[in-house]
Formats: sequence, C-alpha cells, structure tokens
Amino acid sequence: MDTRFRTVVLLILFFTGAFILRLTGLQLLQPEWKDKALSLTSDRQSIPPSRGLMFDRNGLLLVGSRAVHDLMVLPRMLPSDLDSNLGAVAEWAGMSEEALDKALNKAKRYSRYKTSTIRKGVEAEEYARMAATLLEYPGFSFRTRPLRHHLYEAAGHLIGEYAEATPSDLEMDPFYQLGDHIGKSGLEKVYELELRGVKGRASVAVDARNRVRNADLAVPENRPAEAGLDITLTVDLDLQRLAERLMEGKKGSVVAIEPRSGEVLAMVSAPYFNPNMLVGTQRGDYYGHLVTDPEKPLFNRAIKATYRPGSIWKMVQGLIAMQAEQIGPWTRFDCDRTIIGCHGAHTRDNLKEAIVHSCNPYFYRVMQRVVGSAEGLSRFDRAALGLDLWREKVLSFGFGTSLGSRLPGTSAGNIPGSADYDRVYGARRWDFGTIYSIAIGEGELLTTPLQMANLAATLANRGWYRLPHFIRSVADRGKPSGLGIRLESGVDSVHFETVTRAMRNVVDDASGTGRRARIRDIAVCGKTGTVQDEPRKDHSVFIAFAPEENPQIALSVYVENSGFGGEWAAPIAALLIEQYLTDSIANTRRLHRILQADLSDPYPKPKPAPAVQPAPAAPDTGTANRP
Amino acid sequence: MTRNSDIRRNIDGLTILLFLLLAVIGWVNLISAATGPDGAVEWGLGTLHGKQGLWLLVSLILGFLVLQIEGTFFVRTAWLNYGVTLLLCALVLVIGKKVGGARSWFGFGSFGIQPSEFAKMGASMALAWYCSQEGGLKAFGQQIRAAIIVGIPAGLILLQPDAGTVLVFLGFVFAMYREGLSGAVLIVGFAAVVMAVLTILSGAGDLTYPFIGEANGIYRFWMLFAVLGAAGIAILRNATLPRYRTRVTTRAIISAVVALLFSLAMHLALEEVLRPHQRERIQVLFGLEVDNPDADYNIRHAKTAIGSGGWTGMGWRKGPMTGYGFVPEQETDFIFCVWSEERGWLGSVFFIVLFAAFILRILFLAERQRSAFTRVYAYGVGGILFMHMLINVGMVLGLAPVIGIPLPFMSYGGSSFMAFSLMIAILIRLDAERFSVLR
Repeated sequence: MDTRFRTVVLLILFFTGAFILRLTGLQLLQPEWKDKALSLTSDRQSIPPSRGLMFDRNGLLLVGSRAVHDLMVLPRMLPSDLDSNLGAVAEWAGMSEEALDKALNKAKRYSRYKTSTIRKGVEAEEYARMAATLLEYPGFSFRTRPLRHHLYEAAGHLIGEYAEATPSDLEMDPFYQLGDHIGKSGLEKVYELELRGVKGRASVAVDARNRVRNADLAVPENRPAEAGLDITLTVDLDLQRLAERLMEGKKGSVVAIEPRSGEVLAMVSAPYFNPNMLVGTQRGDYYGHLVTDPEKPLFNRAIKATYRPGSIWKMVQGLIAMQAEQIGPWTRFDCDRTIIGCHGAHTRDNLKEAIVHSCNPYFYRVMQRVVGSAEGLSRFDRAALGLDLWREKVLSFGFGTSLGSRLPGTSAGNIPGSADYDRVYGARRWDFGTIYSIAIGEGELLTTPLQMANLAATLANRGWYRLPHFIRSVADRGKPSGLGIRLESGVDSVHFETVTRAMRNVVDDASGTGRRARIRDIAVCGKTGTVQDEPRKDHSVFIAFAPEENPQIALSVYVENSGFGGEWAAPIAALLIEQYLTDSIANTRRLHRILQADLSDPYPKPKPAPAVQPAPAAPDTGTANRP
Repeated sequence: MTRNSDIRRNIDGLTILLFLLLAVIGWVNLISAATGPDGAVEWGLGTLHGKQGLWLLVSLILGFLVLQIEGTFFVRTAWLNYGVTLLLCALVLVIGKKVGGARSWFGFGSFGIQPSEFAKMGASMALAWYCSQEGGLKAFGQQIRAAIIVGIPAGLILLQPDAGTVLVFLGFVFAMYREGLSGAVLIVGFAAVVMAVLTILSGAGDLTYPFIGEANGIYRFWMLFAVLGAAGIAILRNATLPRYRTRVTTRAIISAVVALLFSLAMHLALEEVLRPHQRERIQVLFGLEVDNPDADYNIRHAKTAIGSGGWTGMGWRKGPMTGYGFVPEQETDFIFCVWSEERGWLGSVFFIVLFAAFILRILFLAERQRSAFTRVYAYGVGGILFMHMLINVGMVLGLAPVIGIPLPFMSYGGSSFMAFSLMIAILIRLDAERFSVLR
C-alpha cells in the first residue's frame, strides 16, 4: 500500500486515540464533572423539620406553630414595564416604593433565575388579599413557612425565644443556614438539639432557566425531614396562667414546685412579655421595646434575680442550729434589742415563737452558738472555722448553687465563706461581730426566688428535695437523666417539724404576719419576708407550702417594691395554692384585690425616713431586713 | 457499459452498513436532543426529529436512485456539479436568508437548503476530475490549480461568512497529499500550529521588561525565538557537511524568518482583526483568563455534560445537562454532548471508533481503485468527514476552539445529511464499478 495512505491512516488513528483519551479523562477519571452537572441540573432544597411541640404537664399544647407567608420574586419572570408600574405593585405588596425597588434590585443581583424573598412574614389576612390578585403580578409568588406560636402566650420566660440564627450561630453549628431559627433562651435553647429535628433534603431537576422539571432525573440523597421531639413541661397551665394574671401590674416572680418530685408547676417573672410578639416580623420592634424598658421585662427574675433572703432565712438558721445541737425547740433567748433591732411585743421567745415573731436577737444568739462553738481557738479562728462549717450546711439546702438548672443565666446567689471575708478584711482580722448580719438573712447573703421555692419544698418534705426541673418528658423517653435524685438537706426531719409548726402559726395566728395567706379548710405553712430596697418600698416576699400534711405545692412569691411580706406576696401565694389544690378560687375578694392592684410604678413615693442616695436601685438586689 | 448484476455484486455492503448505522444512531440521538427528558416523544413535521426523519427518508431514496446511475455520469458531470454548487454558493450571498449573522440558507417554508454542504461534493468531484486528468499533483502548477479549485467555493463560503465550513475544506489537503502534494506541507502546517499556539499563549498577558516597563509578553517570545533560532542555526551549520552548508543554512534562516513573520501576523490578527468574542473563544481554549465570565460557558457546559456521562451514561432522553438546555446548540454543533451524556464512555468511544472506521473504510475503498477519479473523490469525502470530526468533536471535548460546524449524521440539518448521503452513494456506485472501468 501507498506510504502516503499509511500516513493519513496514522493521522486519523492518532486523533481518534487522542479523542478516546480525552473522553476517558472527562468521563472516567474526573468525577468532578458529575458533581458539577448535579449542582447545575438539580436544585437542592433543604426541607425544614417541624420543631418539637411543648405541652403542659396535663398534655395541653403550649407551643405549636402557625403558617406565615413570605413574598418571593423570580426576577426573570418580572414584566419589563415593571418600573413604570412600581407604585401599584408596591401598594399590592404592602411595601413602600423605595423598599420594593431596593428588594427587587437585590434579588436581581443575586440571581435572575432563582427566587429571592421580597417581604417576610405576611400574615393570613393580608396574604388572602394579595393571593387573590397574585396572578396579575407575574414573577411574584408566596412561600409558606411555619412560625412558632404560643397558644396561651404563657410561660414566656421559661419557654424562651426562638429566633433567627445569628452569624455566630451559623458558625458554631453547620446545621443552621442563613434564615434558620434557633432557640435563643429558656427551654427553647436548653432543648434545642431535641426540638429542632433533622432537616430533610429534596432535590428537583431544574433546567438552565432554573425551572423545575421532571424530578426523577436528579435523585441525589433525597430524604424527608424528621420532626423534632415534643417536650412535656412540668408546668401546670392553669396555675401558670393564674400566676401570670396575678402578677400583672407588678414586678417580681412566682416559682411553684411540686415538693415530692421537684417539678416546677409554675414560674413567672413580672413584668411579663408576649412571646408571640417575639416571633415573626414584629419581633424587631417589640424586642427593642423590651430591651429598653427600665423594668427589664426580658429578665427572668425567678432564676436570675438575687435578693437578700431576710426573715425567711431564720428558719434555715434554726434548722442548722438544732441539727448541730446548739439549741433545741425549747431554747429561749432574750429579745435584747441592744444587740440588734427587733419589732413586735415579745421578750423571751423559744424557737417557734422566734420564727413566728421573726425575733432578730434570738437568731443573733443562735448564730453566735453555731459559729462560735469550736473550743480552744481565738475568736478569729473560731469565726472562720464556724462560718465554713455553717456554709457547708447551708449549701446542702441548695443555696449558693444553681440547683442544677440548665436555663441560661441561672444565678447561684451568694453564700459567703471565710475566704470571702478574708479577701475583704484580711485573714484573722474579722470575727463574729463582723458577720453577724448573715444570722438574720442580711449581709452578703443572696438567694434567688427559685432557691427560696426549693427551700419551701425542702420544708414541705421535712428535710429533702429533688432538683427543681421543668421537663417531664422528652418525646416518650421520660425525664432527662439526673433529675429526680433525692437530695438531703442534712437536717433531721424532727427538727423540721418544729419549723413547719411555726410556719403554720405564721399563717394561722390571729396576729401572724402571713395571715393573709389563710385558706379555708387548707392548712397552709408559710413565712413572710420583707426585703428593704431603699429608697423605694420594700419587696414583699412569701414562701409557703400546703397542705401541711402530704404537701402538694411549695412556692415562693416575690413582689418588688410593694410593701411587707404579708401584704402582697402572701395572698398571691394563697390564691395559687387554692387554685392548685381545689381547681377553683372561693376567695374572690382576695382575687380581685390582687388583680386590681397596680404595683408596677417604678418610682413610688420614697419613704420619709432614709436619706440614702436615691440611686435607681436595680430590681435584683434587696437590702435590710424586716419581718 | 457494464452489466448491472456485476455492479450489484460489487456494491460495498460494509460501507453501507457503517453509513446506515451512523444514520440510525444520529437520528435516535437527535430524537433525544430535540425532545428532552420530559413527556412522551411528539411526532410530526413540526418537530426537529420529524423534519430530520423526512430528510433521512428523502436522502436514502435519493441515495438509492444515485446507486442506479452509472459512474461515468458523475465523472462527466463533475464540472457541472462543481459549477452548479458554486453558482448556488454565489446566489445564496444575494438571496439567502440571514440567520445568526450569516447568509448561508435558501429558505423554503420551514425547510432550508445550505448550498455550502453541497459545495463539498462539487469540490470533491472537480478536484477528482482535475487530478485524474493530470495524473497526479506532482508539479507546483498543478498543486496551485488544485488549490484554486478548492479555494473558490471556500472563498464564497467565507463571504457568508461561515469560517467553520471553510476550515472543513482543509480536508482536501489529504486528497492533494495523496496525489503528490509534498509532505512538507503537512510539516509546515504542524509547525504553523505550534507557532500559533506559542504566539497565543505568550501574547495573552503583559510582562514587565527591564528599561521598557509593562508590555505584551509576545516580545519576550520573539526575542527568545530569535536568540534560540540563531543558536540553532549555528549548530545546524556546524553539524552539516560543508557542501550542503550554504543551502541548509539559507533554508533554515528563511524558515525562521517566515515563522517569525507568521507569528507577527498571527499576533496582529489576534489583537486587531478578531472580534472580542472570537478572541475569547481562543483564550478559553487555552485556559487563559478571560474578562467575560460567560466566555467559556458553552465549552464548560459541554464538558460537564460529557463528563457526567460516566461509563454507561444517563440513558436515552435522560441527560439533564443537554435535555434541560444547559448545553447550547445541542441539536446541532454540540450534538455529541447529548450522545456522550446519555451513552457514556462506552457509547462515545463506540461512536468515535465507528466514525473513524467509516472514514478509514472510505480511504480503503479509495486505495483499491484503478480509477484515479474515484480515488481522489474518495479521499476528498474521507478528508471532509475527518475534518468534521476533528473540529466538531475536538470542540466539544475542549481540544479545539468553538467553531460551529455540524457533526455529520448526528447534527440536525437536512442539507448536511443529504449532501453526505449523496456523496457516499456516488462513492459506493463508483466503487462498485471498480473492476469494469479504467478512468
């Protein structure tokens, strides 16, 4: 054969071979083309999982979701004469012309072939109006998405906020994408992982103009979303709502606990906010309003605020002293008002009377014995050693700890030890005379309403408690582990009987400070506390449990700047106890008195006596001690 | 005159088989390209595949009729054929329909005829006739005249303008080479391609030169070429026997100067003559950075479609890249992407091998002819087919710049299919008469 023929054949074979090599490279050796094709020809959409619901302890739905609609635009489909028609479109869309123009330009810049959000959170009524004429506005469409909805607008502080994830949230967890929501506070945050569920993924085949086409071409790992886990709270909706109603127009908090389980039945912080206003489009305005409110409505006083415990502390002191065998129920001390001031007509009380009368000198003496009991030491070492032993006993009541609460910002309060005083005064430079005010719940002591409710539960149980908690069950898995362990206060129950009998008298005695908490046919045990907040009115504090035998509810009530303990906190506690135990309220006079009271005036008339600098006191601190 | 029974016996069944295989593959593939993945296939003359089917039918009938015509008829009418196609090519410049900036079509309702497709046939015949008369292309004058025969239709087509089809006319180089054109032409062609590539690459960016500052990188290439060329010539001179020294050195110097002038012309053409989008195509091909992010859109998507085919492909009418409009011109110039995406590596290699086998079969037919006319004609047809494959498949594979020419038998286009069918049919008839004629 001709050599030239061979040359031409070789040339053809060479290029054929080159093409085959190239095909091998593209089709067999470079998998990136497949990925590229997939990303071009399919539109991956993540399917948001429905968030877990929240129920109250009786199975009533507290938090669910409702639909809102986002107005979307596909720039490619917009008519060319839109600019001349912008006013009408803006009116239809419920936006200003400038805002619409800006949003449209942004959408065009993002992609002509992909839909962008023009306006978020169109509510049902407006949606109905717009959807009716949607077809007259080519390029526009609606996307419906669920919005967290609080059916009773109850327990907002406890449940917390669920809002759009911030850039730092997105960075922390790749689960979240721009526009996703995340639990920001309260239980929404604590149980975020359980509530959020698993995102689904759907891919649809799209053409070069991003129109959805036959879906069975692109089938990359499609999977449905998995709904988040439902959560059953320990909260009793009726009790919670009543507590919220009672606290309306007041500042303060209510924490109610079922003593034998530690389950929190109600938790209210006042002033309150409407959790439904913190989702959707109104969130921005409302949030700003809440943040700038001097009464700090977003601040959950029940777990974050710390107050001096005041007179209520005397019960703890008595219990510790009896357990340490420094006193007995029979021990009497003179009411020597030269040591420390007191009030009321009594001269030489035993423990029970001292609790009922809230006798300051009595508990001065008690503390002196508890702290100064060590023998053969200097008064400095005696005070230091005694204080630390005392502190340990106080801590076993749960004071000075956050009581295992996972709620963000839960305060531990403050129980001072020798190290604290050493730091302030120097080692061996302070003795009992320096610290005696903690004997009557003053000084450096700080406790939270939650801790005080827990004290009420401990008293109700005569010596033990379970960590207060808010969750009865996550899905059907029951309580999260670690809850429900019985913790001992370290004081024998016989000693508690003395104190609880005194608490009964506080309520039942004709002149008892807690007489406003009396309920017909129910044996209520309570103790008032009055925390000074110069120059404003005192904080009214009351802790109680009921019934005396086999208690069902223990609670603490704080009403800031409202008066002495028995005046407001005690009747509120009584109403809540009555509601919880009888499911009704017979004492409507009491109910109306509370409901009509408006104690929220942040600057009531200063009392005449004190000439202290009228600095605007923070709502979470208290001073001085009254019954 | 020959007996028809001999003719029928000598008809080359393998060529017909390969041709029919390509035609069927092409049509089935076009159905997929024209309908896309969604819904049932619609039929009718309003659809691309329906029209193409009609063209196929008409072409096959015409091809069958052509097989009945004696070969001498084609030899005798070679110039007539050439003349008519030239006339049509000239006429289309005047009364043609302007589509996409080029006047290449005669429109008849929804059908159109592209005379340039038939010009390939006319040129093949005229070249074959000329070569068979001259007994080869050994002399320079013959070569020039042969080049003119091919050059006239090419020039008319360039006026449309349709650069792709003009490039295809380079396929006649194979026929001319077979008939005596020096192999140096091929070598010079290869050298020109290398020089062009180096020119494009070095001229694509600016460099900082000492004392001069920023300037086009091409200057460095020219300086390097001059220095290395001088050194190379010096070495060559010393390595050559003294009696050849002057001649070799002179030729080398002339070659180098011509190469440099070619590079200069090429660079000027790139910078001054080409329109921006054409320059971008070339830059995209060489992986150079292009200001316009969409400049490589076509080729990027073509490669993506092909690459996503994998071993066996997505299946017929199941390729989303081509089916959903990501690959432009996927019924015509980028039709190979459809086949590649849906049939994968196996199908693509099968097609390439089939196409190459078809060309080689045609060349094999050419070599067994006693008739020079048939041989040259066959080389012409084979060369044209080869150029189509080279440019079209090279383009979609990202090996050649984006030049719009159809892939024979695959691309939508009646004129192209009909012209190739006629060319093949004529060849088969001529081949069938190989024992009975001496021309």
